[in-house]
Amino acid sequence: MRAEIEAAVIETLAAQLLLPASEIASDARIEDLGLDSLGKVETIFALEERFEILIPFNANEPDLPGFEFATVPDIVDGVARLIAERT
Amino acid sequence: MRRVVITGIGTVNSLAQDVPGTFAAFAEGRCGIGPLTFRDADRLTIRIGAEVRHWTPTLDPSRMPLYDRVTQYALVAGAEAMAMAGLEGGLGVRGGVILGTAAGGIGTWEDSYRAVFAEGKSRVSPLVVPRLMHNAPASHLSIIYGLQGPVLSVSSACASANHAMGLALQQIRAGAADVMLTGGSEAMLCFGGVKAWEGLRVLAPDACRPFSLGRKGMVIGDGAGVLVFEAEDHARARGATILAEVAGFGMTADAGDIVAPDPEGAARAMQAALADAVMATGDVGYVNAHGTGTLANDRSESAAILQVFGPAPPPVTSTKAMHGHAIGATGAVEAIACLLALTKGILPPTICHQAADPDCLLDVVPNVARAAQVTATLSNAFAFGGLNAVLAFRAI
Repeated sequence: MRAEIEAAVIETLAAQLLLPASEIASDARIEDLGLDSLGKVETIFALEERFEILIPFNANEPDLPGFEFATVPDIVDGVARLIAERT
Repeated sequence: MRRVVITGIGTVNSLAQDVPGTFAAFAEGRCGIGPLTFRDADRLTIRIGAEVRHWTPTLDPSRMPLYDRVTQYALVAGAEAMAMAGLEGGLGVRGGVILGTAAGGIGTWEDSYRAVFAEGKSRVSPLVVPRLMHNAPASHLSIIYGLQGPVLSVSSACASANHAMGLALQQIRAGAADVMLTGGSEAMLCFGGVKAWEGLRVLAPDACRPFSLGRKGMVIGDGAGVLVFEAEDHARARGATILAEVAGFGMTADAGDIVAPDPEGAARAMQAALADAVMATGDVGYVNAHGTGTLANDRSESAAILQVFGPAPPPVTSTKAMHGHAIGATGAVEAIACLLALTKGILPPTICHQAADPDCLLDVVPNVARAAQVTATLSNAFAFGGLNAVLAFRAI
């Protein structure tokens, strides 16, 4: 399951960044990828749609620990947790 | 160049459905934000807003099928403004209307889509188009008061009303009209309107806390503000009571990001308004901020104000914590807040303030209104799309 989530996260980021998925490392830092704030919101929305989850994220509280968005593994962990909580 | 003055004001908002009630709410620091009550609000993540409650306007019942809420608010606010100005109409081609709105008749769009998509109906009311068009509020004011000069709507998201008022000022200065009804109207508080904003993740779930630590974003409001702008010579000739001068207007574009604000663009707009008004920074005794309560706006606007005014700016408040962010109408409601400062010597507070944010301005008149003699004010509006529109008002 984790591999599937990781592939989905990378695929979603790649679509936002107009990059081939192969260019996004599984431990990439989001800041280094150059994702802007709208791209971040769109990525979160795409993951919510794909996994039928609700990601707690408010653009005004970037430092709140509701959902860690710093690295690909952070996002994968967060999505996995929300999927587990859903079921 | 003709000087332009304000001779009448009117408003409908979540605090009150007239100017005296709104002034009282501003002076008391009352909050108009509460639970959303419209259809399907329970399916939203964000369930608060500054709704116009108990809305039973006294408008011509035979015309009501033509009036989306956005038009209803403008007509009630416009009637109050015209009555205060002592004008009954009959201005013909020397009168006009320029009103801002961001979403126009969005409630009519929603109801119609619901009918054909969700409920399987095969047709909608024949009045859908004239109800939902952005110029409906301006056109109905023009029809009711016989204003046959410049009439149009302006749509620039959250700066719509300030752009509208700036253009109205320019019409009178240019000699194209003697009297302009201007301001803005918005009725975005419906399921689709809030659902769209939710997607941006900038709405606060609890309260609007501009410039405060603990702020979580903006809260949408509904309402309208309509002001009578009039050539000073025209107003004096008919013995009208003058509330204040519309001294200047500045508008700029960031030409940068579609949503993220740029303090440079905001500062340039404030400087342009001051220059247009021939007003020194030291003359300004109060700034009504855009102050949405988002992380990005409040920091950017604080930096811009410090850039324009230096390290000791005048008191700055955001009244959006009281009346919500009325999007395309908000500048008009906030111009009326400036008139409270200019005509009554009361600075409306920034309520719901918890603690000063070191990244923001320090004197935001937290929570409690303040008495102050003010002879000039600025009113800021900064829109998505990088559009900045600032008005300068001066006491008479």
